[in-house]
Amino acid sequence: MFPASRYACKAHRSIRALTTLQTDSAAPQLYTSIHRRTCSSVSTPRITTHYTIQPRDKDPRWEGIEMERFADEADVVIVGGGPAGLSAAIRLKQLANEQEKELRVCLVEKAPQIGAHTLSGACLEPSTLIELFPDWKERGAPLNTPVTEDVFSIFTKKHRIPVPILPGLPMQNHGNYIVRLGNLVRWLGEQAEEIGVEIYPGYAAAEVLFHEDGSVKGIATNDVGIAKDGSPKDVFERGMELHAKVTLFGEGCHGHLAKQLYKQFNLRENCEPQTYAIGLKELWMIDEKKWRPGRAEHSVGWPLDRNTYGGSFLYHLNEGEPLVALGLVVGLDYSNPYLSPFKEFQRWKHHPFVASTLEGGQRIAYGARALNEGGFQCIPKLTFPGGLLIGCSPGFMNVPKIKGTHTAMKSGMLAAEAIFPKITAENLDSETAGIHVPEYSESLKNSSVWKELHAVRNIRPSFHNYFGLYGGMVYTGIFYWMLRGKEPWTLKHGGMDANQLKPAKDCKPIEYPKPDGKISFDLLSSVALSGTNHEGDQPPHLTLKDDSVPVARNLAIYDGPEQRFCPAGVYEYVPVETGDGMRLQINAQNCVHCKTCDIKDPSQNINWVVPEGGGGPAYNGM
Amino acid sequence: MRVIDYAVKIRVKPDNSGVVTDGVKHSMNPFCEIAVEEAVKLKEKKLVKEVVAVSCGPQQSQETIRTALAMGADRGIYVEVSGKDYESLGPLQVSKIMAALAKKEEAQLIILGKQAIDDDCNQTGQMTAALLDWPQGTFASEVSLDGDNVKVVREIDGGLETIRINTPAVLTADLRLNTPRYATLPNIMKAKKKKIANVKPADLGVDLTSRLEVLRVDEPPQRQAGMKVETVEDLVAKLKDAGRV
Repeated sequence: MFPASRYACKAHRSIRALTTLQTDSAAPQLYTSIHRRTCSSVSTPRITTHYTIQPRDKDPRWEGIEMERFADEADVVIVGGGPAGLSAAIRLKQLANEQEKELRVCLVEKAPQIGAHTLSGACLEPSTLIELFPDWKERGAPLNTPVTEDVFSIFTKKHRIPVPILPGLPMQNHGNYIVRLGNLVRWLGEQAEEIGVEIYPGYAAAEVLFHEDGSVKGIATNDVGIAKDGSPKDVFERGMELHAKVTLFGEGCHGHLAKQLYKQFNLRENCEPQTYAIGLKELWMIDEKKWRPGRAEHSVGWPLDRNTYGGSFLYHLNEGEPLVALGLVVGLDYSNPYLSPFKEFQRWKHHPFVASTLEGGQRIAYGARALNEGGFQCIPKLTFPGGLLIGCSPGFMNVPKIKGTHTAMKSGMLAAEAIFPKITAENLDSETAGIHVPEYSESLKNSSVWKELHAVRNIRPSFHNYFGLYGGMVYTGIFYWMLRGKEPWTLKHGGMDANQLKPAKDCKPIEYPKPDGKISFDLLSSVALSGTNHEGDQPPHLTLKDDSVPVARNLAIYDGPEQRFCPAGVYEYVPVETGDGMRLQINAQNCVHCKTCDIKDPSQNINWVVPEGGGGPAYNGM
Repeated sequence: MRVIDYAVKIRVKPDNSGVVTDGVKHSMNPFCEIAVEEAVKLKEKKLVKEVVAVSCGPQQSQETIRTALAMGADRGIYVEVSGKDYESLGPLQVSKIMAALAKKEEAQLIILGKQAIDDDCNQTGQMTAALLDWPQGTFASEVSLDGDNVKVVREIDGGLETIRINTPAVLTADLRLNTPRYATLPNIMKAKKKKIANVKPADLGVDLTSRLEVLRVDEPPQRQAGMKVETVEDLVAKLKDAGRV
């Protein structure tokens, strides 16, 4: 019996996963027919085998397996190699070099190379980059496209209403750069390595470690070599422990370790639950005649109705070839479970204003990611003994500007500046083994980030009114443009996104047009373009707290919204092999790590945990 | 060997001169991973004394060598080939480099992957053996080293062939030879301390000029939709229309 041929199996499983995915043409009636829905004549098959749900200490298959972990010490450990994490790392080393102190900074990142899991519009405000690297131009930072034209429209089905961008409105982009954020992050990674940060891509932080006194001790990376059914393989190896005086968590929007930390340290008791949106993006190589480098287009309106928050972007890059980055952002507080953000994005591209740019072009990349919409009202407590939160994880995005990179970087830098004196102090009097750095929150409150977020805090919640989008725009015009957000009240958001779905029977299914294969495409070919892949033989990292809830609740009441909001086709309701009824099939290999399912599941039953490091999308300059 | 990761969608450059590699995710060639794993296994069985990992290519190839070191290789040799030379680097040039290094290092065994997944040539192992005049055991699915000879079970079209060859020899690894271990983080950290020597092809007396010129690279033709027909007559008529009958 020959050992499992890893690659043949991998490739076969990926192909199998991709071909068994039901395409949009599979009759939607199949899923909504009532008699198939709730009653399944077989008991729920086991879906979740991950050890976070099925513990290993009681599992007989794990008896006798060596579970000790190798541990190493650093001064600071940073989880996440995005703009925030890398800025913090770089700033720490800059300070160390200035003051001639030794500092070991380790950064772990789940992507196989820095930048491979980064996805953003993006229109960058360079202020923070200039602070970090005043000589960014000489160092070759990839900011090649200054914004030359700003176009804002309200789309109707066939037409557009131009909206003037007056100076002072948040959507004005003068002085900003259109960037491919993945490339900028990759460049930041190179700068960090040069300055002496130890960067370990391909290793995901899977567990937070605690001292006896409850403070954070560090993190442990993921175990490798666990089979799909949860049993250990021959190549099983425990992850490694990285201990630090302070651990920075920069996992990006809706990080899975941050989710645990919120509970552990009760960090969200004085803020509103975070509200999110999903952003879907494509890169297109267009006809040269249509290329207008430096042009930034934004739109609201069609195809979203006035009560579904969202908007689009289309940026013409200027990097030597006619490349445009475009995408649609859909607020995840939508109420119709039949809404499919992916299909909305595909049909938006057919609007005459957009299609005219894309005609004759070729799509070369696709991806999706959740982003924060909560702003000021949703910022949690940021520090706890032994660690702190930076970047989009707590969430510093300026929603009307749709910019979060500069604030994420700033938060990373402020964190570094607050931590540095404490970890290099000769005799630090710390109450806890893991150092607490509340100075970070203080300096953030006194910074430009806070002022910015405070000024725009009421714009997003102002959409929760009868006029929806139009009410929001009027509010922005009056209170932001004229009064700069100085109104004394703070509006509330609507609560958790997961609670916003109405039952399927109260909503109308949406008729989406079939993709034409030239401008709009089907889900499978899009997922293939993201380059995503995971080691097939591992427990699905989309874990369910209760395996029976999807069919009993999500499918029964909401008609299985996860099969529509997942931009990678991970969730499918398929008929059971014997008997009547449906079951949930999780195609974990397709996952692009966007976190939408963890956010929008109406039963909050899905818990996204990190898969084996190195898996996930292979974005290139997204 | 550092190649574009197998899961990434390949895109042809707009000028049809090659494929886009800039910024694209690369990884160690899957068959080379199996080769490294076999070498490390031999060392663990104490049948060989030292495992040296070699890679030719641009700067990033050093990352690939680092992964091999993390899997258990003792030291690395990085042969610097970049720019135009790298674009035209093929099995002939690599085998010349391998042969030169094998002589220099007085190697007993060269283990390669059977083919690279970017060019699918399946030639380097065979050419290296020919240049050195060494025996070769290709498509190995089982390797047993015994003193001064090697028993190799080869996967061939008809089934399995077992041969015995004398060392020094060249082996190429096929899929079922083993399951490569993961390069875990503690090993990656240790690997940073292992040495990687830097060598230029000129130092080895190797001429990199290629005998081949790539004229054009095209994407495979788009798959046309199929057609359903109702009767056999219909089918024959359509085949005649398409000029196939």
